[in-house]
Amino acid sequence: MNRAQRGAAGSRGLGTMEVKSKFGAEFRRFSLERSKPGKFEEFYGLLQHVHKIPNVDVLVGYTDIHGDLLPINNDDNYHKAVSTANPLLRIFIQRKEDADYSAFGTDTMTRKKNVLSNVLRPDNHKKKPHIVISMPQDFRPVSSIIDVDILPETHRRVRLYKYGTDKPLGFYIRDGSSVRVTPHGLEKVPGIFISRLVPGGLAQSTGLLAVNDEVLEVNGIEVSGKSLDQVTDMMIANSRNLIITVRPANQRNNVVRNSRTSGSSGQSTESSLPSSNPNILGNLLQGEEESDEEDIIIEDSGEPQQIPKAAPTSESIESLSQIELLHESTQNGFLPSSEMNLNHSAGSISMEYEVPEPGRKSLEEDGTIITL
Amino acid sequence: MRRFLRPGHDPVRERLKRDLFQFNKTVEHGFPHQPSALGYSPFLRLMAIGTRSGAIKLYGAPGVEFMGLHEENNTVMQIHFIPDQCQLVTLLDDNSLHLWSLKQHGGASELLEEHRFTLKGPPGSPPSATQVTAVLPHSSREVLYLGTESGNIFVVELPSFRVLEDRTITPEAVLQRIPEDNCNRRSCELVEALREHPKNPDQILIGYSRGLIVLWDLQNNKATHHFLGSQQLENLYWQRDGSKFISCHYDGSYTQWPVSSDNRHPEPLENTVPYGPFPCKAISKIYWQTTKNGLPYIIFQGGMPRASYGDRHSISVIHGSQQTAFDFTSRVIDFFIIFSSDPAAEFDDPSALVVLAEEELVVIDLKSAGWPAVHPPYLASLHCSAITCSHHVSNIPLKLWERIISAGSKQNIHYSSMPWPIDGGTNIAPDPPQRDLLLTGHEDGTVRFWDASGVCLHLLYKLSTVRVFLTDADPNDNMNTLGEDEWPPLRKVGTFDPYSDDPRLGIQKIYLCKYSGYLAVAGTAGQVLVMELNDEDAEHVVDHAEADLLQDQEGYRWKGHEKLKTRDGPVRFEAGFQPFVLVQCQPPAVVTSLALHSEWKLVAFGTSHGFGLFDHQQKRLVFVKCTLHPSDQLALEGPLSRVKSLKKSLRQSFRRIRRSRVSSRKRRGGSGNASEVQEANAKFDQDALQEMELAPVQRKIEARSAEDSFTGFVRTLYFADTFLRDSSRHCPSLWAGTNGGTVYAFCLRVPPAERRMDEPVRAEQAKEIQLMHRAPVVGILVLDGRSTPLPEPLEVAHDLSKSPDMQGSHQLLVVSEEQFKVFTLPKVSSKLKLKLTALEGCRVRKVTVANFGSCKTDDYSENDLAVLTNLGDIQIISLPFLKLQIRYPCIRKEDVSGIASCVFTKYGQGFYLISPSEFERFSLSTKWLVEPRCIVDMPEVTSNNHVHNKSGTENAARKS
Repeated sequence: MNRAQRGAAGSRGLGTMEVKSKFGAEFRRFSLERSKPGKFEEFYGLLQHVHKIPNVDVLVGYTDIHGDLLPINNDDNYHKAVSTANPLLRIFIQRKEDADYSAFGTDTMTRKKNVLSNVLRPDNHKKKPHIVISMPQDFRPVSSIIDVDILPETHRRVRLYKYGTDKPLGFYIRDGSSVRVTPHGLEKVPGIFISRLVPGGLAQSTGLLAVNDEVLEVNGIEVSGKSLDQVTDMMIANSRNLIITVRPANQRNNVVRNSRTSGSSGQSTESSLPSSNPNILGNLLQGEEESDEEDIIIEDSGEPQQIPKAAPTSESIESLSQIELLHESTQNGFLPSSEMNLNHSAGSISMEYEVPEPGRKSLEEDGTIITL
Repeated sequence: MRRFLRPGHDPVRERLKRDLFQFNKTVEHGFPHQPSALGYSPFLRLMAIGTRSGAIKLYGAPGVEFMGLHEENNTVMQIHFIPDQCQLVTLLDDNSLHLWSLKQHGGASELLEEHRFTLKGPPGSPPSATQVTAVLPHSSREVLYLGTESGNIFVVELPSFRVLEDRTITPEAVLQRIPEDNCNRRSCELVEALREHPKNPDQILIGYSRGLIVLWDLQNNKATHHFLGSQQLENLYWQRDGSKFISCHYDGSYTQWPVSSDNRHPEPLENTVPYGPFPCKAISKIYWQTTKNGLPYIIFQGGMPRASYGDRHSISVIHGSQQTAFDFTSRVIDFFIIFSSDPAAEFDDPSALVVLAEEELVVIDLKSAGWPAVHPPYLASLHCSAITCSHHVSNIPLKLWERIISAGSKQNIHYSSMPWPIDGGTNIAPDPPQRDLLLTGHEDGTVRFWDASGVCLHLLYKLSTVRVFLTDADPNDNMNTLGEDEWPPLRKVGTFDPYSDDPRLGIQKIYLCKYSGYLAVAGTAGQVLVMELNDEDAEHVVDHAEADLLQDQEGYRWKGHEKLKTRDGPVRFEAGFQPFVLVQCQPPAVVTSLALHSEWKLVAFGTSHGFGLFDHQQKRLVFVKCTLHPSDQLALEGPLSRVKSLKKSLRQSFRRIRRSRVSSRKRRGGSGNASEVQEANAKFDQDALQEMELAPVQRKIEARSAEDSFTGFVRTLYFADTFLRDSSRHCPSLWAGTNGGTVYAFCLRVPPAERRMDEPVRAEQAKEIQLMHRAPVVGILVLDGRSTPLPEPLEVAHDLSKSPDMQGSHQLLVVSEEQFKVFTLPKVSSKLKLKLTALEGCRVRKVTVANFGSCKTDDYSENDLAVLTNLGDIQIISLPFLKLQIRYPCIRKEDVSGIASCVFTKYGQGFYLISPSEFERFSLSTKWLVEPRCIVDMPEVTSNNHVHNKSGTENAARKS
């Protein structure tokens, strides 16, 4: 999965670990005993020493294997950083007083984009106010409940963030039937339900989805009338940014709202069919569009890049916000940043396939014929 | 995308769409699946075939065909044409009778069901009382005689199906004048055969199952003659003059009986067991045909010695000292003889034997010496070896067409030169707009070339790749031709041979260049053959090259089949497509994609391990690229994936079972053991249902990742002359798309023609695109500056296409199973996309560019994408804006093999398999429509029409 990881496995020694530390425009390289990293205070002191900033209060961060910038501020996350660094630990140091908190946390790129789009579209700013409570950037969201203000109380719209990690989305769906109130009285209608949550999976860890919840929509598209296979395909197609609207089987934990007009988007509809309102649907899809992951191109120069959007035509204003994505390639950990590439002088496409791992077992294939 | 969700209703576009697109299923090509009944009208010269699924199909002259479907979808048991009428009666296995008529409507004939009828007995009678076993449409055309299991013969009026109760022939009436010792109620159980006297329409011959045969006088309502057969009766046949008839029996014997006015209880003239003396199988049907030279033709089905040849499906023809038992590879359903139907003619003079076997139609010319087979112009057995892939080429240049036909005609010399004897009706469809070829690849390593221009799918030429290889099966090791005993005189006929010598020979991909005559075929064991059309026989060595697609991958062990052994030294090839180079992929995995560029003389091929490019001019491998993802190895090896794939395969096999049970609309049941099969099916259904209830079907929701198996599987290859590096220079390029959503682009340097042999072709990887949704790439296409797809190789050179616009900017269209994406070139930036799966939950299975012309104006046409989804829907998506135009349901989504077999043509038509032996043809275009349009006129009936000399449905007057 991760190129750096693979590249390192064969070539690195076991004992020491390379550290590359950046403060301002300056880099420092040194090595650490992997087995004995020491305490955070010692490391902090070491950093101050190598950068020759003994009395400056700084924030220390590192990039994890997913390319996310995470802080180091205690022994635990320091050890975590050391143990996961592979092959080298990349440290970023900021002065505390001019620290950009928003640089931390997950999805660095997305955040930058949002900053940009906030500039471009001031109205967006209102929707996503940047409130720093403590250091929320120490965490990254894995799920959120969205559109609470516009959905009926019995429904819940959940967004699952999949960061290209190994953690599975982790749920199963099945066919079933639910009872609906219709003009002709109660009727049994076919529906799609969550049938199983994988222990330790993303879906379970959110606590927002449960077995027997009825799935009503997938990324704004109603699932009624669609087969189980179709809904499966829709969910997989949207798996990197999955928004599912469910009717929870357990209705006791619903958000009780007293005032419906307090919704931030100003929508105060009584509609029980959320997607019947085109504006809502529009918002939803627009949100999806923004966070949609971009494909990656490797030109013959060997530099993997995200594929930019072509110059926008008059019809697609929203794509403006995505022009600046050119060199941001750390979104899901698929590729390391360009600096990383320089370390591996190959820096070419062949890199993906060149390093056989020493301990790898031989591969067998039974040659099953697959006719397409 | 939002625009897509709220489709703008542009009235101009909507009107244009109506002029461009229209969905029709037009004709079924090939051989009907599970035929169950055969009928023939000498009067109309039309043949009718009924199937187990209740379909009825009529065939006459090439191009004349009709199809009807019984609502009940029950097996058609019998088909009888009404003498001298454009009508026929069918009997289904639910004991219902149906009257069909050919009616003229709007200048063409149509087959319509007019009436249906089920015989009802008196209240309380057992069902067998009215179970119809024999049907005789009387030559008066007014009544139908229905023999039943109970021995009663009911008379119903046509076309109303009113039962004429006073005319019922009861067993009691029949038995009145029978000698005492035979006068037993049981001797009249079950009417086996009803035959009208050829000269006297007032007499009918009634044959009962237990052997009693009675000549019944309809005028006086009494039996005039009794014939006391001792053996269980199978069938009856009148001689032409009505002086004798012949009966055939369960013990493999046949008996001649004289009919004269003086002897009311005649003894048999002759009783023969043709394949005796050992016990023989039943003779189920017999013909006795007279000829001028006096020697009759005796033609019968079955009768083989039970112990040694009881498993053969045979029809024997005896003419004097000549005797041949035609040996069929599948069960014989029924047969008929085409003979002189002129009532004035003194002799039958049979000309052809038409046999409907379960898997093919065989026609034998009885006029020519040696009784050769006649090459049928339709009802081809597409599945004589299972179809493994198909490829369609539109608009074949006349030159190539003629060369293929000439190569094919050299293969067909053993066929009779007799014109097709079933020639009723007139084909009034306009000539096909162009010459189209459908190429089918088969499991036995053959490629068949079909004329797919019109309604009749006709075999033009058959290519075999087997000669290149050494296979276990020795060509001389044919049990049926050599080492066979002299007696019985069996002769194998027909082409249906479902047994493949070696499954590795199977053809998986075909690519034909219609301008150059170059053909590339690729098979199951990683073999890629490049061929050239040669009008003469030739003997030459096939060059051999290996392409190691794993390259530097180590520790990989191929556990699949070995590559095919090649024949050393020169090989003799017959005229036609002759291989000149073989590229063998290593490991020898099935070839999953293939592309040929005849102008650059390059062939590209891909397997699940990677792809390669071969220069077939210099016979040199240009490069190979391994697409196997390193972690895919782990995934393949890891225990988790094993579990997953096992589950997957279980699910697939479950689906497959389900599919095979409901396979291809409307089909079911068996004729002989229909109830058994149904019972088994019902039981299976129940079990399956129970199983499903116990374990509800659930689906895992998981993102695709790079670790998924088979991500390196090469799904599509594409050659394009486009701007890959910069916008000032275009160059040849090769594009490949994988199962893991990766697109590779290679820049090619092809030396100019004058130095083509001197300098090597070079290739360099220029781009690699990873689609983040990681869905399999199923299509790659480059659009020129005018957003028109790039032309095929040599198309421009042959002045058949405008040269592409090389001034404007090119665009790249990548179609994955889930999304359509347009990128700019040479700098790849995304321009447009249509996320089909995210919106509709369906996935792309097949995609082709098709040209649609307007039916209103000749000067308007546009290119769109024709897309088949996993739900069996066909969608048309506009280029280059990727807007959904229209959607038609086409194939049932459970019909996985139908969906997998679908091919689109370049002009908005398509084919898919509705059974192993039949292609359904459909059209998406208003302009290009190939469908049967024919007319059946009532032939003028001769004046002595009512002075009948016919028997049953077999004889009718025809003035010609």
